[in-house]
Amino acid sequence: MAETPMAVKRRRFLNYQIRIEPRLTEPPAWYPLVVSLGAILMALVLGGILITQAGGDALRSYAHIAKASFGNLGVLSDTLVKATPILLAALACSIAFRMKLWNIGAEGQFIMGAFGASAIVLAPVLSAETPRWFFLTVMGLAGLAAGAIWGFIPGFLKAKFNVNEIISTLMMNYIAVAWMNFWIFGVWSEGGFQMSPKFPTSAWLPRLLEYSKSIPTFRGLTTHAGLLIGIVAAVILWLIVYRSRWGYEIRLIGDNPQAAKYAGVNITRNIVYVMMLSGALAGLGGMSEVAGVVHRLQTAPIATGYGFTGIIVAWLAKLNPIIIILVSVLFGALILAGREIQPSGVPKMIQGIILVSLIASDFLLRYRIHIVRVEAES
Amino acid sequence: MDAIIILQAGVATGTVLLFATIGELFAERSGVLNLGVEGMMLIGAMTAFSITIATGNPWIGVCMAMLAAGLLSQIHAFITITLLADQVVSGLALTFVGTGISLVLGEGLSKAGTVALLPSFSIPVLAQIPLLGAIFFTKQSILVYIGYLLTPLAWYYINRTRGGLHLRAVGEYPAAADALGLNVFRTRYFYVFVGGMLAGLAGATISLAVAPGWFSELTTGGQGWIAVGLVIFAQWDPLRAAGGSYIFGALRRLILDIQGPTILLGFKNPFYYNPYWGFFLQMLPYAFTVLVLVIGSREAIRKRLGAPAALGEPYIRGERGL
Repeated sequence: MAETPMAVKRRRFLNYQIRIEPRLTEPPAWYPLVVSLGAILMALVLGGILITQAGGDALRSYAHIAKASFGNLGVLSDTLVKATPILLAALACSIAFRMKLWNIGAEGQFIMGAFGASAIVLAPVLSAETPRWFFLTVMGLAGLAAGAIWGFIPGFLKAKFNVNEIISTLMMNYIAVAWMNFWIFGVWSEGGFQMSPKFPTSAWLPRLLEYSKSIPTFRGLTTHAGLLIGIVAAVILWLIVYRSRWGYEIRLIGDNPQAAKYAGVNITRNIVYVMMLSGALAGLGGMSEVAGVVHRLQTAPIATGYGFTGIIVAWLAKLNPIIIILVSVLFGALILAGREIQPSGVPKMIQGIILVSLIASDFLLRYRIHIVRVEAES
Repeated sequence: MDAIIILQAGVATGTVLLFATIGELFAERSGVLNLGVEGMMLIGAMTAFSITIATGNPWIGVCMAMLAAGLLSQIHAFITITLLADQVVSGLALTFVGTGISLVLGEGLSKAGTVALLPSFSIPVLAQIPLLGAIFFTKQSILVYIGYLLTPLAWYYINRTRGGLHLRAVGEYPAAADALGLNVFRTRYFYVFVGGMLAGLAGATISLAVAPGWFSELTTGGQGWIAVGLVIFAQWDPLRAAGGSYIFGALRRLILDIQGPTILLGFKNPFYYNPYWGFFLQMLPYAFTVLVLVIGSREAIRKRLGAPAALGEPYIRGERGL
């Protein structure tokens, strides 16, 4: 066959040849960061070209994103509010992805968490006079439990019947939306509107503006305790993944399932446990969103794709819970500012392009590209 | 509510899934899992609709939809085949990109009004067949008939031709295929492109024939993901894929139509515009997909049937392959 010489020739440009070799040693610590930043820059350029194609002004869009999300204390607080659900959803994705368990269902688990927490208020399980700390604790547990159940189903199906978890978790997302809509439209509808009645204030997570009497700077700031919950969850998750036996097992299964099996790790059981933990974290995100921001059960502000953004954030942070905190804030900014940008699909598109260029850039971490001089062909 | 009308419409709805499923089947047979079907379908639906508005000719719309989705699929091909990245993450990213681009470029299309649709007609002799003629061959869109032709052709191609043999070899044992002089990389690029084009055709089928128009993400409503699930259920066989697609199509139609009539089989219809039951009906296709996966996976374990052996594995020349 004439294939082999062709393949070599194709990589030849003038007197230089591009050679690709696997990396045998770890690249220096700054290298992944530079590659990731380069990938994001690349994504912004590509996104800019597409925005211009669609008749927008790319530079203005980006400048707007920066100003409308970090410009002053007020918008910074709004950015953090948007970052909170993304943070918890991304943590949920990160622990499952760590085990190469593709939980794409954070969106559905988030919705179920919001539903579970709302049920405590709306069913009503607790009356409006319940002390606030107790009310919120029960709502948090309900959110955790509802999310965990929603994660358990695909986990169990995967462990028991080897059902592809990508498809099952995705299908569960659609089912969760219909389930929430059933309760919002059919049972808890407020006067026929597509939303439940507002929660009593005892079911609201504390917000910074409540303390504006003693600290005047906090006036009007809507950042709520969900952010604190998210940060604590991130630290705990970091400890689990990097400092516990269970975390070691999870990482081992993710890196080398064969080795894990020979080492006596119970993979089947871990699939179910990790899916439940993942679902519980996303469910907690849903609880934080209804109790901290929306204060009622309503489809549009809850089923808005935080679970999907979480996937990208987790990947961008290389599944590290602490880095996820930082990346969530950046994506919170993108989503907050993106609401006013025309055309309206821009933030979603940029998220997608960022993810694509990130995955592509991983190549540079695993392989090194040499450009070598070769002698001219005779 | 007439059962024949529902089944007739179900066949048309199922054609969307059929194209997407067979396209994904080709890509997976070559060893590349492409989870971007939903994104490629959206690009296809958006392109078909907007090009048809611009040119007035739906055929140009269909061709451009296939081309656009095919080109999008090449991003996935490049990332997974050349850059050797994880196929799952790359496929997800492709869905995000496809959805995002179609939302940006499709801005304002939903108010564009009606367009010239693809022709629908009956097949002269076959339409006279009792029952089946009315369901399959009466007043269907031309794309439905293309679907009938595609299914056996795909089966024949995969199982009975040299090209199909190469396709299967590359998906089952790329190292051996490479040793025999097949270009594994080029073959995989090609079938990912074929999968993308068929996903684009599926999108065009929605926006130009089955449910004309552009309704942003709701245009596809998760059908791309159902197609990925159907490939597993079909055990990578086009004939089973066709069966599954038409059953799902009929189910989708049934869910839409069952809420219409006041009387159902002589009883008061409990689903008649009932906000309570309507949402549970909406869940059905998705719950059914999960159920179908359970059945498919169990069967695969029992019969030791399975995915193409190299599915999801990047091929690296010189490394110990499968």
